[in-house]
Amino acid sequence: MEKLVLIGNGMAGIGCVEQILRHGQKFAITVFGDEPHVNYNRILLSSVLAGEKCADDIVMNGLDWYQRHGIALRLGVRIISIDKENRTVTGDDGSVTPFDKLIIATGSMPLIPPMEGTQRDGVFVFRTLDDTRALLERSRPGIKAAVIGGGLLGLEAARGLQVQGCDVSVVHLMPNLMERQLDSTGSALLKSQIERMGVNVLLGRSTTSILGNGRVEGLAFKDGSSIDAELVVIAAGIRPNAQLAREAGLKVNRGIVVDDWMETSHPGIYAVGECAEHRGLCYGLVAPLLEQGKALAAVITGNPGPGFESAVPASKLKIMGVEVFSAGTWDETAIGGEAIRFEDPSLGLYRKLVLKDNRLAGFILVGDTSDSPRYLDMLHSQRDLSDARRHLLFPPPAKDEGLAVAEMADSHTVCGCMGVSKSDILQAIRENGVCTLAQLKDATRASTGCGSCTDTCRALLKAAAPEFEEESARVLCACVPFPQEQLREMVRSQQLRSVQDVLDIYGNGTGCEICKPALSYIVDVVWCGDHEEDRSARFINDRVHANIQKDGTFSVVPRMRGGVTSPDELRRIADVAEKYNVRMVKVTGSQRLDLLGVKKSDLPKIWADLGMPSGQAYTKGVRMVKTCVGTDFCRFGVQDSTSAGIELERRLENLYTPHKVKMGAVGCPRNCAEATVKDIGLIGQEGSWQIVVGGGAVKKVRKADVLTTVETTDEALEAACLFFQYYREQANYLERTYDFVERVGIEKIRRDTIYALEETRRALLDRLARAKALSSDPWLERDQPRTRTQFVQIQPMEMVAQ
Amino acid sequence: MKRPQSWIRIAHAEDIPLREGRAVEVDGRDIAIFNLGERFLAIENRCPHRGGPLADGIVSGGTVVCPLHAWKVHLEEGSVVKPQEHACVATYPVRIDEGIVSIQMIERNREQAPLLPLPECMGMESVAGQS
Repeated sequence: MEKLVLIGNGMAGIGCVEQILRHGQKFAITVFGDEPHVNYNRILLSSVLAGEKCADDIVMNGLDWYQRHGIALRLGVRIISIDKENRTVTGDDGSVTPFDKLIIATGSMPLIPPMEGTQRDGVFVFRTLDDTRALLERSRPGIKAAVIGGGLLGLEAARGLQVQGCDVSVVHLMPNLMERQLDSTGSALLKSQIERMGVNVLLGRSTTSILGNGRVEGLAFKDGSSIDAELVVIAAGIRPNAQLAREAGLKVNRGIVVDDWMETSHPGIYAVGECAEHRGLCYGLVAPLLEQGKALAAVITGNPGPGFESAVPASKLKIMGVEVFSAGTWDETAIGGEAIRFEDPSLGLYRKLVLKDNRLAGFILVGDTSDSPRYLDMLHSQRDLSDARRHLLFPPPAKDEGLAVAEMADSHTVCGCMGVSKSDILQAIRENGVCTLAQLKDATRASTGCGSCTDTCRALLKAAAPEFEEESARVLCACVPFPQEQLREMVRSQQLRSVQDVLDIYGNGTGCEICKPALSYIVDVVWCGDHEEDRSARFINDRVHANIQKDGTFSVVPRMRGGVTSPDELRRIADVAEKYNVRMVKVTGSQRLDLLGVKKSDLPKIWADLGMPSGQAYTKGVRMVKTCVGTDFCRFGVQDSTSAGIELERRLENLYTPHKVKMGAVGCPRNCAEATVKDIGLIGQEGSWQIVVGGGAVKKVRKADVLTTVETTDEALEAACLFFQYYREQANYLERTYDFVERVGIEKIRRDTIYALEETRRALLDRLARAKALSSDPWLERDQPRTRTQFVQIQPMEMVAQ
Repeated sequence: MKRPQSWIRIAHAEDIPLREGRAVEVDGRDIAIFNLGERFLAIENRCPHRGGPLADGIVSGGTVVCPLHAWKVHLEEGSVVKPQEHACVATYPVRIDEGIVSIQMIERNREQAPLLPLPECMGMESVAGQS
C-alpha cells in the first residue's frame, strides 16, 4: 500500500483524510500533529472560552477513530524538514518517515503586529486549545482584558472573556469593526450592539507597545493615549504556516502555491487548508477548506473530478446577542454595481444586498441572519434576479388564497369537464360533510376529468369546509408521482401485474431503488401472488434470499419457529458453519442463529445442508415470533405461549409485508419475550389473551396498543391475523406497524378489523389464506433457481492469454 | 495471443437477466455486466464508496444503485451520480454477437465526467436490518 503522510492534525487535513477514507483503504496513513490533542473543531474554541462547551465537546475524531482506520497518529511531533527528492519528512523527535504522497496542512499562525512588549507575562494569542486553556486560567471576574483586533476572531475572544466576567476592551487599528466583511453602516451597528453588551470598543488605535514590568499592565497607542490591562489577547489576523514548505524548496508566495487539485510545485506533494494559496488566495474559513480536501481526496485516490474552484468568501459571527453574516463583496462602488438596503437601528437590523447586472454579488446581514441560506443560494447560483427584485429584501407576503374563491360567483363553473359549479361544491361541503378532495371527487366528480381545476377545488374546500384535511399527498417517488394508496388502486383497476407495467404506464419507465421495491410489494399484495414477479425490481436480498453484508457476502438465518430448536438442528447448523467456513455464528435478538460471511455461490448448498426453511431475516416480511417457555416449564406461566407463538409463526411465515414484522408471545404479563414492543404481541393472562399491535424497540421505542382481549388461543390467533392482513393491505411500503398504527389510529383499526362486519373479517382472512397458499419457502429456489446465474458467478467463456 | 483490444467472449446474453447485473472475473479484474434490454454495459464491480458489489444493485434507467449505501453509478460514464462525489469506476466496451456477450479489457475511465443532476429520490430505507 502507498504511504501517505499528513503534516497537521487540524480540520482541513483530517477533513481531507475523512474524504480519502470514503474512497476505501487505499493508503497507509501517518498523521503528524504538533499539538498534543486529537483532531478538534477550532471554530468552537470561542464557545470553550465562553464556557458553553468543554474541551471534550469539540473533539471531532477521538483516538478510536484513528485506530479504527489504521491511521498512525504522532501527536506532539513537529515536522522540521521535508526532503522532497528522497521523499521523507523529519520530526523534531529525530524520526524520519518516508512517504509516497505528502499532504501539508500546517494551517496558519497568529499574526503578531510589530509592537513592543509582546513577550510580557499575560500576553496571549487565541489559536489553539492550549491557548484557550491558558486564557481561561488567567481570566477572572473583574480583571481588565484588552483584545487587539476587531475582526471575527478578536470579537469572539472579547465576548468569551466578557462572559468570564472580565472588563474587556477591543482595540482595533481600522475605523470599522470587521471591515473586510462589513460596510461602515453595518460596522457601526455591530459596534453599538457590542458596546451594549458591556464591551468597550476603541477604533482607529494603533498599538505601539504592551506596557508593564514583567507582567502586563496596559497598552500604549500611537496617538499617545493608553489603557490599563492585566491580560492582553492578540487576535490581529493569521498568516499561513508555509515556512516548512519554503525551506523544502516548494513554491511559496503568501501561502504554499497549489493548483486546482491542491498539488504543490512538486509532484505528489499537496497542500490543503489555511497554509495553501490557490489562484493567489489563501482561505481562512472552514467551508472552502473542506472543499479543497474533497478535491484533493478525489485526485489522490485516483478518482479525479473537477478541481477546486475559487470560493466566495462567506463569514458568520454568532456570539450571544449579536448575529452577523457577510458573503461576497459589500462594496458596490468598487465593482460598479448597485446596493439595496434596509436599516432599523432601534431594532438592531441591517441588511444590504449588492447587485451587479441583476445578479447578487454580495450581502450583509446584521441582527437577523435567518435569510442567509436564501441569499447564499442566489450568490452561488448567480441567477438573474430581475423578476425577483421587488421582493429581494423580504419575501412576498403570503397570498390570500381565499380571495379568489370569495370573488367567484356561485354559478361559476369550476370543473368544465364534469360541469360542476361553485354552488354544487359548496352544497356538497355543507350537506354531505365533504372535507377532503377525495370525498369531493366521489360526491361531485369535480376534478376527475383533466384535473386542471384541482387547485380551485382545494381552495374551495379550504375556504368552506370546517374540517378540511390536506390529503397526505406524499407521492411514492418522482419516478411514479402518486401516493401509494392511489397506486394500489391503479394496480387493481388497471389490472397491472408487473412493476414494469406500472412504470411504463404511470411513471417514467425506468424507476429507481426507492420505487421499484415498493411497487413490487404493491403488485404482490394486490394480486396475492397471482402476478409476474420481477426480480430485477427487488433489492439483492430478495433476489438471493439472504442479507447482504458490508463486504458483499451474505448472512443466513434459518427459521426457528418460536425460538425453539433441537439438538439435531443445532448439529446441522454447527456442521454447516464448519463446512463453509462461516466467519461468525451469532445469536440474534430474535431468538435465532445467524451464520455470517457466506459467499453467494454457497447459499443454495448451505440451505440444502441445513434442511431448514428460510427465516426471512433479510426482507420486508414476517420475521419471527419470539416466545417465552410459557406453561410448559415456567412457574409463572398462565398460557402456552410457546405453542401459540409457533402456530402464529407457521400461519404467517413466507409472507411479505410493507416492512418487517416481528412478533412476540408471552405466557404471563411479566412479558419476558417483550411482546409489548413487537409489531404484534400476544400477552397471556389468567384465562385470556391480550393482543397488542404497533409496538417497536428500534430507533424509537413505542409500547404497543391493545387491539383486543379474547378468551381462547384460536381467537387470539385470528385477531392477530386480522390485524396482520389489514396492515399488509393498508400500510405504505416501508411503514412499520408503529407508524401505521399512529397514522391510522387504533380505534379505526379496531373498527376495520375485530369489530368489522362478519363478511369484512372473513374477506380479510380469505385474502390472507389465498396469499399464504401461493407463498412458499424461498430457499426452495436452491433446487429450482430463477435463472442459471441466480447464485452462480459467471465464468468467462474464454480466458485472456497472458 | 489475445491483446487487450481483442474481444473476450464472456457469457450467453440470456444468463444476464433483463435489468439485472452479473459479476464476472476477467484477467483478475471484477467486472459487472448489466442487461438494459436494448444494450449491455460493463463497469468495474466495485463501488468507489465502500467497495460494494455493483452487480447486485438495482438498475435505475442508465444507472445502478449500490446495494450497500445506495451510491448511484452511471453505467455508461462510470461516474458517481449520487451523492455528488468526484468519483468514478472504470467502464469496459461490450458487444453482443450471436447471443454472446463479449467485452474488451480496455478500461475507459472518463475522467472528470460531468456531474449529472441530482435525482429526486434520496435515502436508503430499503436496506434490510439484521436479525
